[in-house]
Amino acid sequence: MPEQPASSDRLTYLDHAATTPLRPAARDAMLPWLGERFGNPSGDHRVARAARQAVDEARDAVAAVVGCRPGDVVFTSGGTEADNMAVRGVHAARPGPVLCSAIEHDAVRNPVRAVGGTTVAVDARGVLDLDALGAALTPDVTLLALMTANNEVGVVQPVGDAADLVRRRAPGAAIHTDAVQAATWLDLRAAVAGADLVAISSHKVGGPQGVGALVARPGTPLRPLLLGGGQERELRSGTHNVAGIVGMAAALQAAADERAVVAGRVGALRDRLAAGLLAAIPGAVRTGGAMGVPRLPGTLHLCIPGIESEALLFLLDEAGVCASAASACASGAHQASHVLAAMGIGPELGAGALRLSLGWTSTDADVDHALRVIPAAVAQLRGAPARPAEAGLGPSGPAPEAPRAGSRIASLSAAQPPTTSSRDLSAEAPQR
Amino acid sequence: MRVLVAMSGGVDSSVAAARLIAAGHEVVGVTMKLWGGESDTGCCSVSDVDDARRVAQQLGIAHHTWTFTDDFDRGVVDPYVDAHRRGITPNPCIECNRHLKFDRLLRRADAVGFDAVATGHHARIVTRADGTRRLARGADGAKDQSYVLYVLGQDELSRTLLPVGEMTKAEVRAEADALGLRTARKPDSQDVCFITSGSGRRGFLGGRIELRPGRVVDAAGCELGSVDAVELVTLGQRRGLGLPGGGPPRYVVDVDVPAATVRVGPEPDLLCEEVALERMVWSVAPTAAGCVSPIAAQCSAHGPPRAARIEPVGDEGALVRFVRPERRVARGQSVVLYDGDEVIGGGIAA
Repeated sequence: MPEQPASSDRLTYLDHAATTPLRPAARDAMLPWLGERFGNPSGDHRVARAARQAVDEARDAVAAVVGCRPGDVVFTSGGTEADNMAVRGVHAARPGPVLCSAIEHDAVRNPVRAVGGTTVAVDARGVLDLDALGAALTPDVTLLALMTANNEVGVVQPVGDAADLVRRRAPGAAIHTDAVQAATWLDLRAAVAGADLVAISSHKVGGPQGVGALVARPGTPLRPLLLGGGQERELRSGTHNVAGIVGMAAALQAAADERAVVAGRVGALRDRLAAGLLAAIPGAVRTGGAMGVPRLPGTLHLCIPGIESEALLFLLDEAGVCASAASACASGAHQASHVLAAMGIGPELGAGALRLSLGWTSTDADVDHALRVIPAAVAQLRGAPARPAEAGLGPSGPAPEAPRAGSRIASLSAAQPPTTSSRDLSAEAPQR
Repeated sequence: MRVLVAMSGGVDSSVAAARLIAAGHEVVGVTMKLWGGESDTGCCSVSDVDDARRVAQQLGIAHHTWTFTDDFDRGVVDPYVDAHRRGITPNPCIECNRHLKFDRLLRRADAVGFDAVATGHHARIVTRADGTRRLARGADGAKDQSYVLYVLGQDELSRTLLPVGEMTKAEVRAEADALGLRTARKPDSQDVCFITSGSGRRGFLGGRIELRPGRVVDAAGCELGSVDAVELVTLGQRRGLGLPGGGPPRYVVDVDVPAATVRVGPEPDLLCEEVALERMVWSVAPTAAGCVSPIAAQCSAHGPPRAARIEPVGDEGALVRFVRPERRVARGQSVVLYDGDEVIGGGIAA
């Protein structure tokens, strides 16, 4: 059964960093491959050749956007596989110390942890600390993973500077950059120029979910994660996801073609949203500081003291605003953000984290709606009179909930005549 | 009303949600993520969250997962470990109800605009002529959970709904079956949710506190046996004490954790005439509870009611005088006081 309609008719989607709507160009490119066209690109007949041609042309398009040779592109099932392949594949080919920044996505952080790697600190703005990198770089390091831009706070990382440092201190090391978030917004040809390995994900740029790519420059030591038919130059076995690959290429191309215009437009929307929220919500903090940090144009990350993300996101959802606290696990529960911790943001301020991420479909009306809804929701969570402390729960007891709306108890007793009990409730329920 | 139903992924809360919807309430489902560590099932595993979400989808309501792991650690797990360290027998389910379901969750629900929280507990809430509410035993005596809910005061009772309290477990399962809910035949959860069947209580506690071997002695102090972990021994225990066979059964009658000594004795040594309670929660004014007529004191989750008179002591204490000598109650266990089917209060054995 579909969910009951939300109480708000208007839907404002501000979670483009989680996934962004499919671009028409991607859909159009895919449709034939979901209909009359088909084929296994590895075969030796006309149907296979046609599919192979589609994959090859997609590879050309991806290479043009990333700034690499078509032969460097390895299609994968998504960004996570590409990150895993970079970390585990380099480590398998050339075992040795592995480094990554302290703010990597779990798709990098967890494989780095699995191969016994260590993290390098970022500063309070969320930018990699190059001095800390210098100190951590021993000549035997085999891999540095540094994301192009962070998925939670949107801060762009100094991949080129870090790469220069690695080339000097650990000439044998490969440099991997997770460009999953950056791909929509930055000219990858420049942003990832210093990297040997680049991970991208289709659905973050407006392509279909379940497809991505790892770009591996020639000579990068790399072993496959999957063994099988030897597709993708023996690096990624498995029949190609032709429709997905074609859709990803079209989405990347569309994003690149309109990048300058969309980045300018969305950046302006984001700035208006930021200014409006910071003005309307007392105490709200722009995570990483207000000025002087290069950020992706679509991302706005705030820490709002005195509230909890889960409660705020609930109210926003009810009002038709889809947002995120940026970090979720398989059960859908929120976890404390390692990114905020690495930036020195304590659990108290971090508890009120809010990530609003705009994208290619965002409009002025979205910003207007968010500016109406978000400050009001924060005020509801903050505004009610504090509930008296519960007996028997000293300082070691559970943390205080956001103050509750005081009118609710009254409204409940008013709605419930004195005779109401669970007995009555059950009696009302039809026996089916 | 706007009702938030706490969905554990079990059949009771699934049917609770369905009944609230059928009764015309505006219903949203939530599953609390309480425990970050290993779990067999309990309230916290991904598969239970999946079941809760799938039932919510079936019913056409929104479902959220809220994380209260830090609160659960502070309010339930840490006190559980600390109690064992001190040789006290804790009841973590009661503390979870006290601190999580009917405090943390209730306040969150209130903050985001719900009128009430519902759960799938087998107990009832009855409203008396004077407008006060009382918790009462569920219709299914074998599944009654009023014992673990005695911590609800008037404020909590006034904002809580227990939609399956009038039903037997069989009726709940039949209704779930009739509605085609995927949880209809899911087994009941039994054990403490953060203790796995693999490593058990010993494995869980052993990783957190030092478990020390202890001597087992009789009343005269003669050593009769030994235990691996004095922190795991409970009053009334008969087995696992390393005692030689034969003779009348002997029971643990005292656990002295600092001295690592367990004293055993015959059954009469276990009997007592009264038990002092602390951290009392009253559903009615203590004076009204009175010592006029005997009430029933229940000393474990499914233990028999024992006739007793009750005497309030100070603001937060009470003395329970049994009408006949009864088995002593382990420190840390809750004693819940009933007037007929209705809970009038409860506290923790001191």
